[in-house]
Amino acid sequence: MNFPILSAVTFLPLIGSIFILLIRDSSEKAINNTKYVAIFTSFANFFLAIFLWFCFDTSTADFQFIENKQWVRGYFNFRFGIDGISILFILLTTFITPLCILSVINSVKERVKEFLIALLVMETLMIGVFCSLDLVLFYLFFEGGLIPMFLIIGIWGGPRRVYSAFKFFLFTLLGSVLLLIAVISIYWITGTTDITQLLEIKIPKEYQYLLWLAFFSSFAVKLPMWPVHTWLPDAHVEAPTAGSVILAAILLKMAGYGFIRFSIGLFPVASDFFTPLIFLLSIIAIVYTSLVALMQEDIKKLIAYSSVAHMGFVTVGIFTLTKQGLEGSIIQMISHGLISAALFLCVGVVYDRIHSRMISSYGGLAHITPKYAVMFMIFTLAAVGLPGTSGFVGEILILMGAFQKNILVAVLASSGVIFSAAYMLWLYKRVFFGKINNNELKKIYDLNKTEIFILSSLAFLTLFFGFYPDPLFRTIDISVSELIKNYEMNLAFYLTEAAK
Amino acid sequence: MDQLNLIIPELFLTTSIMILLMLGVFYKNSFNLIFKLSTIVLLATFILLFNHSVDTSATLFNNSYTIDYLSLFMKALTLVACIFVMLSSFDYIKLIGINKIEYPILILSATLGMMIMISSYDLIVFYMGLELQSLSLYVLVSFNRDSYRSTEAGLKYFVLSALSSGLLLYGCSLIYGFSNSTNFDLISQNIDQFNTGSIFGIVFILVGLAFKVSAVPFHMWAPDVYEGSPTSVTAFFAIVPKVAALTVFIRFLYVPFINLVDQWQMIIIFISLASMILGAVAAIGQTNLKRLMAYSAIGHMGYALAGLATGSNEGIQSAVIYLSIYLLMNLGIFSCIFMMKRKDIFYEDIQDLSGLSKNHPIISVCLLVLLFSLAGIPPLAGFFAKFYVFMAVIKVEMYTLAIIGLITTVISAFYYLRIIKIIYFDDPKEIFEIDKNLGLKVSLFLSTIIILIYFIYPSLLIDMVSNINVI
Repeated sequence: MNFPILSAVTFLPLIGSIFILLIRDSSEKAINNTKYVAIFTSFANFFLAIFLWFCFDTSTADFQFIENKQWVRGYFNFRFGIDGISILFILLTTFITPLCILSVINSVKERVKEFLIALLVMETLMIGVFCSLDLVLFYLFFEGGLIPMFLIIGIWGGPRRVYSAFKFFLFTLLGSVLLLIAVISIYWITGTTDITQLLEIKIPKEYQYLLWLAFFSSFAVKLPMWPVHTWLPDAHVEAPTAGSVILAAILLKMAGYGFIRFSIGLFPVASDFFTPLIFLLSIIAIVYTSLVALMQEDIKKLIAYSSVAHMGFVTVGIFTLTKQGLEGSIIQMISHGLISAALFLCVGVVYDRIHSRMISSYGGLAHITPKYAVMFMIFTLAAVGLPGTSGFVGEILILMGAFQKNILVAVLASSGVIFSAAYMLWLYKRVFFGKINNNELKKIYDLNKTEIFILSSLAFLTLFFGFYPDPLFRTIDISVSELIKNYEMNLAFYLTEAAK
Repeated sequence: MDQLNLIIPELFLTTSIMILLMLGVFYKNSFNLIFKLSTIVLLATFILLFNHSVDTSATLFNNSYTIDYLSLFMKALTLVACIFVMLSSFDYIKLIGINKIEYPILILSATLGMMIMISSYDLIVFYMGLELQSLSLYVLVSFNRDSYRSTEAGLKYFVLSALSSGLLLYGCSLIYGFSNSTNFDLISQNIDQFNTGSIFGIVFILVGLAFKVSAVPFHMWAPDVYEGSPTSVTAFFAIVPKVAALTVFIRFLYVPFINLVDQWQMIIIFISLASMILGAVAAIGQTNLKRLMAYSAIGHMGYALAGLATGSNEGIQSAVIYLSIYLLMNLGIFSCIFMMKRKDIFYEDIQDLSGLSKNHPIISVCLLVLLFSLAGIPPLAGFFAKFYVFMAVIKVEMYTLAIIGLITTVISAFYYLRIIKIIYFDDPKEIFEIDKNLGLKVSLFLSTIIILIYFIYPSLLIDMVSNINVI
């Protein structure tokens, strides 16, 4: 197959955004046209990604659909390719973006055209991250995402948007700068930045620790891990709904993906060495941010902190370096992508109507908006990790992995499940049950058709993967096994080398 | 005599300057004519550069003047930059009333000086070119003689620049004294690495050169001159002389002083680090856009010098790439500054840009691209510029330089973001007049588009630069 399908998936949204850019009219009709173009592009891209999934061969761990073009002559090439791990993230991205676009069209009134352009450019950059098979290319997409996200938070955000946008941008940039140094160092140490080659070349042990830390600094900020998570609640609270969704559902996953692909793949010795550090930070993240989430009065902030806690689970899972743990964290990332997106969209629904995110201004919503209450219930339970939802599958696997590795970590991590039940259910109780105290709430109306479509498609997938996660496992299985096998082989190689 | 065809561009430029001067004197009010002719002359000079094959390498006049790929590339860069500055500043010059015939002619003679500097292979020829350039620039800075700020800037620049030229000359004489020659090749053969006198000479020369590229700690003139002089001159200052200064830097470090790498490397590293840090920190508090661009220029010269500090061919090439991309970004930014006018008054405060995105969406997008590129965010060209420099820096394992340099990019990202914030997040002010000038639009859109799509084919610039082999 010679058709460059990965490039097509990656750059289709960009082409769509160029079309939107060319619409220079500001009449009603032109604005509708921009909306149709955006919806069409993003859905077309989703179906293209589904098609990609059909063509994907799950019986091999090699990278597939490889595209290789000369790019920066003498330095590195433009290389795309995917394996079982990346394709799931591509699917997630292409699935979430159309829903975001629908929600934007539904709720944003000002500068819709620019918002849609930013979202489509963002989609291109995000898919690029998961497709790239070259460190520099990866860095390019990874960092490029800052520009549209900065604008989304800053232009369409809440009252403290400037502060949040700056904090988001500068935190992430500072983390990534070290990543850039590490990438360049790898080039001079090994002579290539091609990931397929790097996975075979063994990077000398003495370099691994520093390089690992440099990669870690970038991913830890992006993920985010305690103590560099502080930008996330601010960014989430101030970002418009679609921005929060993209941020929670996909941007955070880029860091998790980075850990799996690079930290473990390229630096096995250092990964092994630094596992206790990751466990420590993750446990702090799980316990501490869960407690913080319990005390929040702002719904979005609560969900933001719960994201940090859930990502803590993901890092525990990744660095158990067992098959269960790794598969669990990938599933957890996908399911958190669906659930957190849905929760933020839910908050967006009521925010659009009465412009408040405070828990105290709600109460008794279940009487007025029953459909909304049902939807929110599904996602609350999924966030808690109730069996039958996708949240459960990931968590149980991560904990199974963690028990093999370190019982203390597993026990402490399990406490996160209880905490999450506490803050999510308490949130639900305060918002939906009890008496209606706020008169404003009287004018609230139930979900409209677009919102029902967005939320029910997310709910469907959450439940579907809760009962039948097999398609996910079948896709990642071989890639994860291969990753673990390589990791153990490399580790053994370095250990025997040290013994000599 | 057949070697003279190698300097046809310079000869042509010299004759044209004289002819234009005569024309201007005998024709009354001929500014428009002279200005347009000067632009054509620059264009013709640019074309004449290619009258010999690209890979010619020759020295003329007793080894005192060199024509090689580096000089060709840098001259082409100077001339192109100069043409675009001329095109974009035409309306501005007329509106603020400095449309005298001397203006384009001074620009031409400054350019001639720079071309001589670029090709110089001998201390005396070099100094001649430098003075021709500096004298023209002194006058240009204070060209708006009715403005206090312009005259003050001119005087400041003159005093400081004359001092630095004096130091440079002193350095040259020391070098001559200790190496018995003014020719670069002979100096490199004769100079003694352990001789304190020649090291003193190098230090003095480096001080003079650092002044010309406005590197810390010899940067003090830049903010005042940038702010005080007419914007058209500031644009010229920010874009054109940097090329010649950097070329001279490359030549001095890598031809006569190449055996003293250990001595000058420390100095260049210090200058580079100090420029990056000061450029990043001092720009934060600025309110005037031109002054901010001055600090930004100081910072950016720091990155270019970091490439030179490596002492390797990759380093030189990365510095040249950095400079080319930087000029392009600056051209775009200054085109935007030229567009900020209402009722024939030009505005240059950052606050005047407030809410620009509502009234002028296209200009705002251009500024957005340019500013993110200046901040070095991928996938824009500014990122690649920094990337090549740090590739070279890390190759020779100067990790401290790389880490501090990249951290300063984060700090400097802050003030670029502040401008973007003002453009995009703040409330709109009065509408600016939409400019009809074609040259201005061309230079803005051309630079923005090249910056934006540079990542599609980055090999082009690398190929062009990869022929530069000084060592």
